[in-house]
Amino acid sequence: MDTGATAWVLTSASLVLLMTPGLALFYGGMVRAKSVLNMMMMSFGALALVGVLWVLWGYSMAFGDDVGAGLLGDPFQYFGLKGLMEDTTTEAGGLPAMAFVGFQAVFAIITVALISGAVADRMKFSAWMLFAGIWATVVYFPVAHWVFDFSLDEHVGGWIANDLAAIDFAGGTAVHINAGTAGLVLAIILGKRRGFGKEPMRPHNLPLVMLGAGLLWFGWFGFNAGSALGANNTASVAWVNTLVATCAAVLGWIVTERFRDGHPTSLGAASGAVAGLVAITPACAALSPVGAIVLGLVAGVLCALAVGLKYRLGYDDSLDVVGVHLVGGLVGTIGIGFLATANAPAGAEGLFFGGGFDLLGRQVVAALAVMVYTAILTAVIALIVKALIGLRVEDDDEVAGVDQSQHAESGYDFASLGGGGFTAGSGTVASRTATRPTEEFSA
Amino acid sequence: MKLITAIIKPHKLDDVKAALEAFGVQGMTVSEASGYGRQRGHTEVYRGAEYTVDMVPKVRLEVLVDDLDATGVVEAVVKSAATGRIGDGKVWTTTVEDLVRVRTGEHGADAL
Repeated sequence: MDTGATAWVLTSASLVLLMTPGLALFYGGMVRAKSVLNMMMMSFGALALVGVLWVLWGYSMAFGDDVGAGLLGDPFQYFGLKGLMEDTTTEAGGLPAMAFVGFQAVFAIITVALISGAVADRMKFSAWMLFAGIWATVVYFPVAHWVFDFSLDEHVGGWIANDLAAIDFAGGTAVHINAGTAGLVLAIILGKRRGFGKEPMRPHNLPLVMLGAGLLWFGWFGFNAGSALGANNTASVAWVNTLVATCAAVLGWIVTERFRDGHPTSLGAASGAVAGLVAITPACAALSPVGAIVLGLVAGVLCALAVGLKYRLGYDDSLDVVGVHLVGGLVGTIGIGFLATANAPAGAEGLFFGGGFDLLGRQVVAALAVMVYTAILTAVIALIVKALIGLRVEDDDEVAGVDQSQHAESGYDFASLGGGGFTAGSGTVASRTATRPTEEFSA
Repeated sequence: MKLITAIIKPHKLDDVKAALEAFGVQGMTVSEASGYGRQRGHTEVYRGAEYTVDMVPKVRLEVLVDDLDATGVVEAVVKSAATGRIGDGKVWTTTVEDLVRVRTGEHGADAL
């Protein structure tokens, strides 16, 4: 067994797991105070549900032997992870199958959680959970097979990884373009928040957003450097590229804001970090560090400009899953076609380094394939869930805040002056108690 | 008796409180308030979307005083709350018909 690689992959998996609670903070701080808990619960709900589905059939659908044309793994081969507990590593090397299962599980979880940013403040929690389970099964598990399942010996993998041979080191297509496209389609079918574009919908807690961005960045080193599946040079290059592209994207975003809006903002810095992380995800083993800086800058500037599109086009992608993850994912995936250098571990050449249009073409095909597949399937799933149980909360529940109607909780006690809540806060306390029938307590 | 209500900048509360204590005022009620006058609010920009924030945080201070002290108290508040910049607030006086001290049941000026 390669103990170094095993230790690094298990560590990376734990880092990537932390990204989902980090995302909950990042998204939670951006919504209004009345829906912060629902926003965070969508991440935690996805974590819980997709974690179980992954063990039952997700891993098998993504990494089982291909059942045809590189589109899907055999869902029954490793159902319930059967046969994977045995140690198949040799003295010479190898990574336990379970380490890889765990590492890929947290990828599936965060991809589903990312979508929730598009549907803030207005979706029923039950509808979100049903959507999340079906979407993971029908969209993510197959796409992970396309992109991440490499053929080896007798094992036959997915078509993007093997037949098309596009470069997606850690999930620009399978994770970010996938989640971004799904967010766009789901936001359109769900409809706008009440008052979108008219009422101010300010982030209620920017320090939470900054904390969430910090945790995402930290966890992302596991996401990208861990995707080397070894404690080696490729992981190290990916680590440095992940650092520097993200730094450049923060600068790109806040400089854009400085010139467009007058001030560099903290929300811009946090968003720029995530945009840079998204863009470098597919590219971190294919670029030189200077190439990573260029890619990060482009991602920071383009994503800062892209988040304004929703007001012009009139869809309410509430927390900019499209502007950051879809646009950032496209910048990274297609950017490889321009910026890849043969000196990097991936060993491919992009347009700017004498590789011609060959790699660029493959990158574009991979990005488009995932976008089209996800857009169609997401629409079908959303319409089915809508027909079954409805997607949106009632209008008055949306105005009062989804935390109340979906979870019967409030994120904060707003009784602002002390004294046991019976000074300035007494009205709030009384009305909050009054909304709960007393039967609930006795039952 | 008069009720003097002052809307002031939050950071001037301590100065006003000190001035009123120096004047001999025995008690006051303070609450957090928000609103705007001629200065209006300000604008904030989040991911390129501009929001006008109309309501500015203020402190609302209420003091009950004897008719004879009213002018002096208003003067003390205005002097201590002023910064000379826009948004300093307002002070107004209203006549109070009756007043009761809850503990003793005393009425009128005795309850001050």
